[in-house]
Amino acid sequence: MKNNKNVLVYVEQRHGAIENVSIELLGIGKTLADKLNGDLYACIIGNDIENQSNEIGYFGAKKVYVVDNPILENYINESYTKSLTKVINVTKPEVVLVGATALGRDLAPRVSSRLHTGLTADCTSLDIDLETNNLLMTRPAFGGNLMATIVCPDHRPQMSTVRPGVMIKPTRDTSKTFEVIKVDASLTKADMNVEILETVKEAKKLIKIEDATVLISAGRGIGSKEKMEDIYKLADILTGEVSGSRAVVDMGWIDKDRQVGQTGKTVRPDLYLACGISGAIQHVSGMEDSNLVISINRNPQAAIFEVSDVGIVGDVNKIIPELIKELQK
Amino acid sequence: MKIIVCVKQVPDTSEVRIDQKTGTMIREGVKSIINPDDLSGLEAALRIKDKNNAEVIALSMGPKQADNALRECLAMGVDRAILLSDRAFAGADTWVTSLVLSKAVELLSPDLVICGRQAIDGDTAQVGPQIAEHLNLPSVAYVSDIKLESNESLVVKRMFEDGYQSIRVKTPCLLTVLKEINEARYMRVSRIYNAYKADLVELWDNSTLGFDPLVLGLKGSPTKVKKSYTKGVKTAGKVFDVPPKEAARIIADKLKENYIL
Repeated sequence: MKNNKNVLVYVEQRHGAIENVSIELLGIGKTLADKLNGDLYACIIGNDIENQSNEIGYFGAKKVYVVDNPILENYINESYTKSLTKVINVTKPEVVLVGATALGRDLAPRVSSRLHTGLTADCTSLDIDLETNNLLMTRPAFGGNLMATIVCPDHRPQMSTVRPGVMIKPTRDTSKTFEVIKVDASLTKADMNVEILETVKEAKKLIKIEDATVLISAGRGIGSKEKMEDIYKLADILTGEVSGSRAVVDMGWIDKDRQVGQTGKTVRPDLYLACGISGAIQHVSGMEDSNLVISINRNPQAAIFEVSDVGIVGDVNKIIPELIKELQK
Repeated sequence: MKIIVCVKQVPDTSEVRIDQKTGTMIREGVKSIINPDDLSGLEAALRIKDKNNAEVIALSMGPKQADNALRECLAMGVDRAILLSDRAFAGADTWVTSLVLSKAVELLSPDLVICGRQAIDGDTAQVGPQIAEHLNLPSVAYVSDIKLESNESLVVKRMFEDGYQSIRVKTPCLLTVLKEINEARYMRVSRIYNAYKADLVELWDNSTLGFDPLVLGLKGSPTKVKKSYTKGVKTAGKVFDVPPKEAARIIADKLKENYIL
C-alpha cells in the first residue's frame, strides 16, 4: 500500500453519541499529523450518523469520512471491519488510531489482520520518530510493571488502540472548515454474520471517573462497606467522584466502573485522594499521572506513599471524619 | 460438537515486583499459570461438554515448558491437549501468533473456538479476533454468557462499558470470553495423576503446520519492540505520622494550596 502522510482517527459512536476517547484521539492525531506534515482525517461508521460529522470537524479533522448504512445500526464486527477497511483503502493513511474500548479492541484486531499490518494495543503514549518517521507506540505490559515502545516499520498503516482518558481533548472550534465525504462500503445483508437479538443499555447512572477532576478513592483499608458513606460524603464536599481499587470492587463495596488501575480505568484528576489503598503496581499504573496525590494508609511502608505528594500514616476511618469537619468549617 | 480452547501460559503478573533501587522487574520466583481469562474459557467449554457430549481440545502456542499448563487442562477434563512449539515461532507478535494458532484450528476444524479475552502479560485482546479473521469466521468478543441452542447455533451475551448485546451466532465461530463468565473448576486428583503419567500433550512443530519460516517469528511480525523499560520511580513527597486532627489540617491546607478548595 502506497501511503501518504495522513493520520486517520476512527470515531466511535454508540447510540448516536460520540465517545470521549475519540475526541481525545483527534487531539493526538492532529499532533502526529503535524509532525508528519500530513493531515488529520476521521472516519465515523453507523446508521443515520451523518449529523455527527460537523462535530468531528470542529475538533480538528480536515476530512470526515462517513459510512452510513442501516446495516450498521448495531455494532457487528464484520460489517464495521468491512467499513473501516474500506475507508483505510480509500484514504491510505500512514497511521490509524482507534479507542481502546470494548468495541475498538474487537474491531481494530480484525481490521489489522485483514490489512496484514501491525496493531499495538492500549497505547498510553504516541510519538513520531523524527529519523524514520515511524510511529512510536508506548504501552504498559506485565500488569503495568513494564513499558514497551513498539514500532511497525515495514507495514502500513501503523495501527494502534489508545487507552481512554490518557490523551488531552482538543478545543472545539466551530469556525473550522472541513470536508465531509460519504463512502460506500458495498455492504450487504451477508455482512451481518451474527444476529443481534437485543441491545441493552444499563439503566444505572453512568459514572465516568475518567472525567472527574477530584477522585476520592477507597481501598481495602476502609474496612467495610458501611465506611464508604464517609467517602461519598467527602466526594460530595469536594464535588468529586468516588473510585476504588480492585480489592474494593471484588468485595462489592463499589461498582466495577469505578475501578482504577490496570484492569480498571486510567485516571488523572487534579486531586487523587487514596484512602486505605496499599498501592499495588496494577493500581498505581492507573492513577500515577494524577496532578496531586494525597494518600492515607495505616502502614508506613505502603507502596502508595512512593507515588504520593503527601502521605498520611494513620487510620483512614478517623482521619476522613476529621477532614470532613475541617472542610465544613 | 468439537470445541477448541486457546490457552496461554503466563507469568503471574500480580506477583511481579519492581526493584525500587534498580528500577528493574523482579521475575525470579514468579510462577507460571494458565491465563485467567483462558481458564474461564476452558470452564465454559467443559460446561458445554458436561451437558452436550462435546470434545474439548486445549490448544497453546509457546515454549516446551508450556506443556505444564496443558497438563493442567487435561487434569481439568479436556480430551486432547496440543502444544504448538517450534523455534521458528519465537518472537511472534499477535499477528503471527494468531496465524500459527489459526492454522492448527483449521486442521482440527472445530465447531467452536473459545479464547480468553486477553492475557495478563500482554493485555492486548488481539489474538482471538485475529484468529477469527485469518479463518474468516464470525466472532464475538467480550462474552460473559454462552447458551447452546443447538449444535449449529449459540446465543451469547456481549458486554460493553455501558450495557450488553444478546447475539445469536451460528457455528463454526469464535468467542472471546471474560473472566466473569464463570468460576473455573479445580483439577481432579485422579486426572492430575493421569495427566502427568502419560505423554499426553501432543507436540506440533512447524513441519505439521507447514509455514514458510520467513512469515513466522520475529521476521514475520509486523510489530517489533523498539525498547522496553520500567517506569522510573516517582519521587515520594512528604509522609506525616500525626494525630487525625492534624492530619486533616495538613490535607485541607494542601487542597487550598492547589486551589482544589
